[in-house]
Amino acid sequence: MARWHSAAALALVLLAAPAARADTVVHTERSLYRQILVYDDDELRCMRFTKQTGGRQSCIDRAHPRRVVFDYVKMMLSALAVNPAPRSILIVGLGGGTLVDVLERALPDADIDVAEIDPAVVRVATQYFGLRTSPRVHVHEEDGRVYVKHALREGKRYDLVMLDAFDHEYIPEHLLTQEFLREVKGLLAPGGLVAANTFSSSRLYDHESATYASVFGAFYNVKASNRVIIARPDGLPDAAALKGGAARVQPLLAPFDVDPARFVEHFDTKPDWRTDARVLTDKYSPSNLLNAPGRP
Amino acid sequence: MVFSIAGWSGFFVMGVELLSGRILAPTFGSGIYVWGGIITVFMLALSVGYLAGGRLSLHRPTLRRLALLLMLAAAATAPVALFNEPVLDWLFGVVRDPRYGTLVSATLLFFIPTAICGMVSPYAVRLLVSEYRQSGQVAGLLYFVSTLGSAAGTLITSFYLVLWLDVDQILWGLAGVSVLLGAGGVAMRERHGQVA
Repeated sequence: MARWHSAAALALVLLAAPAARADTVVHTERSLYRQILVYDDDELRCMRFTKQTGGRQSCIDRAHPRRVVFDYVKMMLSALAVNPAPRSILIVGLGGGTLVDVLERALPDADIDVAEIDPAVVRVATQYFGLRTSPRVHVHEEDGRVYVKHALREGKRYDLVMLDAFDHEYIPEHLLTQEFLREVKGLLAPGGLVAANTFSSSRLYDHESATYASVFGAFYNVKASNRVIIARPDGLPDAAALKGGAARVQPLLAPFDVDPARFVEHFDTKPDWRTDARVLTDKYSPSNLLNAPGRP
Repeated sequence: MVFSIAGWSGFFVMGVELLSGRILAPTFGSGIYVWGGIITVFMLALSVGYLAGGRLSLHRPTLRRLALLLMLAAAATAPVALFNEPVLDWLFGVVRDPRYGTLVSATLLFFIPTAICGMVSPYAVRLLVSEYRQSGQVAGLLYFVSTLGSAAGTLITSFYLVLWLDVDQILWGLAGVSVLLGAGGVAMRERHGQVA
C-alpha cells in the first residue's frame, strides 16, 4: 500500500515536472514580514511573497528588463494620461521597483519618494531587480501610513501618489481607510492625482469603492486581472482630453512597452458596486476578513 | 462568580490588546515593532498587576473588592475610547521613531487598565484557597479559566467583533460587560455576606 502511494506520488511529481523545472529559485529569504522568494522561469524573473504559485508580486523580463510585464503596472502608468508631467511622485510599496524604474527613466524632471516597510524588499529589489540608486529617488524604509503622516506635517506635496502596497494575500488594513485616503488627498498638489492598485474581490470590492468615493467622489475604475483606481480631487478630464494626454505620454512610455491609449479607453467612472456599502474607517477596517475567499 | 470574573478579565485584556493594535496602526503603522511594543507594555502591566493584586489580597479580601477591580479596569478603559486620537496625534508629533512612539502611547493608554486586570488573578486565588494543600490546584484551575477567557477574547474579537462593530463600540461593549459582571459580584456579596 505504502509503495503504491509513493508510486502515485512519483507519477504526480513527474506530471508536474515541466512546470516545476522551468522555475529556478534564485534567492529566498525570510524578512521581518514575510518570506521573499525570487525565481526565474524561461522568460521572467519574479518576486513572490508566498510559497503558493500564482502570487507573483513583481516580475521583470530577463531579456528585456525595461519591458513592463504586468497589465496592472501599465494601468497605473496610464494615469500619466491624466497628468502627463508630474514633478513630484510618491510611491507606497516598492515591490521589485518596476514603477520607480519606469517613472525615473520616463520623467527626467520628477523627484520620487518611495515608502516601503520591509528593508529586505528594498535589498532584494536592488540586488535582483536592478533597482538603481538615483539622486532623484528616495526610498524610505517606513510604514506607508507613517510616511504619509510625516510628509503631511512637513508640508510636502505630490503631483502623483501611487498606492501599491497590497497583494492578493494580505492588505495592510490601515492603508485602506477613509482617514488614510484623506491624508493622501491632503498630500496632493493642485491638480494632483492618486493611482491605487488594489486586489479587492468579493465583498471588499463594494466597501473599498464606497471608501474611495467618500473621499474623492467620482474616480476612474480600471479593471483587468487587478483593479486600479485613479482619482483626482480637482476633477477628471473628459474623454478627448484623456486621449490627448495618452498621446502626449505615449512616446515616454513606449520604451517600456506601455501604450496608455490602450488603457484610457477603459477609464470608467460608472459605479459598479453597492454604493450603500459601509465605508472603511480607522475604527472599522476588517479588510482582510471582507476579502477572504468564499465569502458571499 | 470568582471564576466568571477571572475568566472575563482574561477575555477583556486580550480583546483590548487586539484593539490596541488597531488603535495604534493609523499613527504608528503596522510594523512588527508596533505589536512588539504593545505586547511588551501589556506584559509589563500584567506583571505589575500580579504583584499589586497579591499585595492587595493580604488585607481583608472580599468578592466585592474583586468585583470593584473589574469595574475599575473598565473605567480606566473609558479614556482610551474617548481620548486616543488626540493623545496619539500629540505623540506622533513628539516622538519621531515609531518604535518608541508605540511604546510610549501603549503605556499611556493601556498600562493602567491592563495592570488592574492583572490584579484580578492573584486576588481571586486568595478568595478561593481555603486550604494550604489545595492552593496549587486552585491556582491551576484559576489560570485555566482566565487563560481560556483570554483565548476566547482573542478569537472572538479578531474573527468576529471587528467585522461587525467598530473599535469604539467594541471597547464600550467590553467595558459594559465588565461593569455588569462587577455589579453582579457586588450584589452577590450583599446576599451572601463575606466570602472567604
